[in-house]
Amino acid sequence: MPGKIDEKQVRHIAHLARLKLTDAEVARIGAQLSGILEYVEKLGELSTEGVEPTAHALPVCNVFRDDVPGAWFAPEAALANAPEKDPPFFKVPKVLDQETA
Amino acid sequence: MNASAAGQVSEALARIRRLDPHLRCVLTALEEDASARAAALDAAPPTPRGPLFGVPVAVKDNICTSSGATTCGSKILADFRAPYAAHVIERLHEAGAVVVAKTNLDEFAMGSSTENSGFFPTRNPWDVERVPGGSSGGSIVAVAARLVPYALGSETGGSIRQPASFCGVCGLKPTYGRVSRYGLVAFASSLDQVGPVAVDVPGVVRLLGAIAGRDERDSTSVGEPVPDYEGMLAESPGRIRIGYAREYFGEGLHPETRKATEAAIEVYRKLGADVREISLPHSAYTIACYYIVCTAEASSNLARFDGVRYGHRTKEPADYIDMYSATRDEGFGPEVKRRIMLGTYALSSGYYDAYYLKALKARTLIKSDFLEAFKACDVIVSPTTPTPAFRFGEKADNPLEMYLADIYNCAANLAGIPAMSIPCGFTESGLPIGLQLMAPHFAEGRLLQIAHAYQKATEHHLRKPPICAE
Repeated sequence: MPGKIDEKQVRHIAHLARLKLTDAEVARIGAQLSGILEYVEKLGELSTEGVEPTAHALPVCNVFRDDVPGAWFAPEAALANAPEKDPPFFKVPKVLDQETA
Repeated sequence: MNASAAGQVSEALARIRRLDPHLRCVLTALEEDASARAAALDAAPPTPRGPLFGVPVAVKDNICTSSGATTCGSKILADFRAPYAAHVIERLHEAGAVVVAKTNLDEFAMGSSTENSGFFPTRNPWDVERVPGGSSGGSIVAVAARLVPYALGSETGGSIRQPASFCGVCGLKPTYGRVSRYGLVAFASSLDQVGPVAVDVPGVVRLLGAIAGRDERDSTSVGEPVPDYEGMLAESPGRIRIGYAREYFGEGLHPETRKATEAAIEVYRKLGADVREISLPHSAYTIACYYIVCTAEASSNLARFDGVRYGHRTKEPADYIDMYSATRDEGFGPEVKRRIMLGTYALSSGYYDAYYLKALKARTLIKSDFLEAFKACDVIVSPTTPTPAFRFGEKADNPLEMYLADIYNCAANLAGIPAMSIPCGFTESGLPIGLQLMAPHFAEGRLLQIAHAYQKATEHHLRKPPICAE
């Protein structure tokens, strides 16, 4: 199992998770995650060779239905909770013409 | 029942107004909508009346309702009004029930005390200095304090059973897939399940009968026929085989909890049950496995809260990345951030195999333990929680210790099996103690029969918190 998590990793993970953490949060969450990961590392004791992973508790797979058109909510309803809108669109800060991070 | 819907609903709303200021289990009381629905029910022709005609129900605020806000206990959704109602809400309405309140929870159902609510903590009606448990603390307290006869909670890892144990009521987590998750705001999709809360087993049965069944809109809800649970409850349970899992009686178990649980097993012996020791050898890995699986899924599910389509958005972001990350920083509380961080880490490049894949394999072993154990018993009994309700702040600074409050609960979620908590006694200081019963997939009917047999022989579930008399 990999070792504990350092500040640089915390900042990297926060970026991946799109969480803007304060310096105090980075320090606190880093320490807490290290403690939790230390506990979780006990999974390493388990011999799991040849054990299939379980992503879902029941053997249900490939559930299909016919693609039938049906009623859905109207654009106004879909936009009703939008923080900013320009009907029938959601409005967001400019994405193009900008270096992606 | 002859009572009018309006009468039942106005009484529930009056109880909420009187007692909730002391308990804070309600986020939104749906006064107007509930009264209007009750009046419409009374005015409709009386044929045929639904099985829950006019019955007031409280609903955890991570279940979408078409009236009132659905906040998930989070500032990021403080003003969110769902554009559709959850499947379980549609089913309650069809049965004639009236949703009177949306209840408090740990933010996004992440927590074991309601202290993580983005708004305020809920108090335990047996001792307002103590937590009610969580995350479905609000729904559980609404039933425990007799504000409403029934409530819906949700579980990802013990979030119905653990607070039910702390507050002396009955709560069931059905088999994964027994109840549609459509309209339940997702936390960890392979574990989440809606479940019923009531003071006794017949109440749980009535509510389960109303909400169980296949729903096209949740592809993980299963087509397995829904048995006649009420009919099964009326039948004799026959020979009961109880499994006693020694791993659930180890270190850290409060002496009074141990005593009450062992006394409950004795009650089953006196009823003629065959009690045998079984083993769940991978129990020690449950919490480690659970916290990797649930946080990994949460990090993915909660990516949708980005300030674009609904919920809070930060003011004047520098660019669109800043809009996402500042919005999420402002909107999410500390536990949600912690879990998103842990889950993102477990799924990130270089750590996926060591954490996430390893946890999925551990999940297979944990599930296999149960399949093996159920060859020898109908239900496995244990304490629901290692201790009675703890005090506010007692575990708030130590996330791992808080996670361990669910140590006996999470295995049922990982295995996907039904499990419930029923009251089985009280500490000397008057705090409730819960008995956990776990059964094989889709054996809710049998599980409820066996729980009912206990309640017919005992009276713990009839005891009300003193605050109800005020």
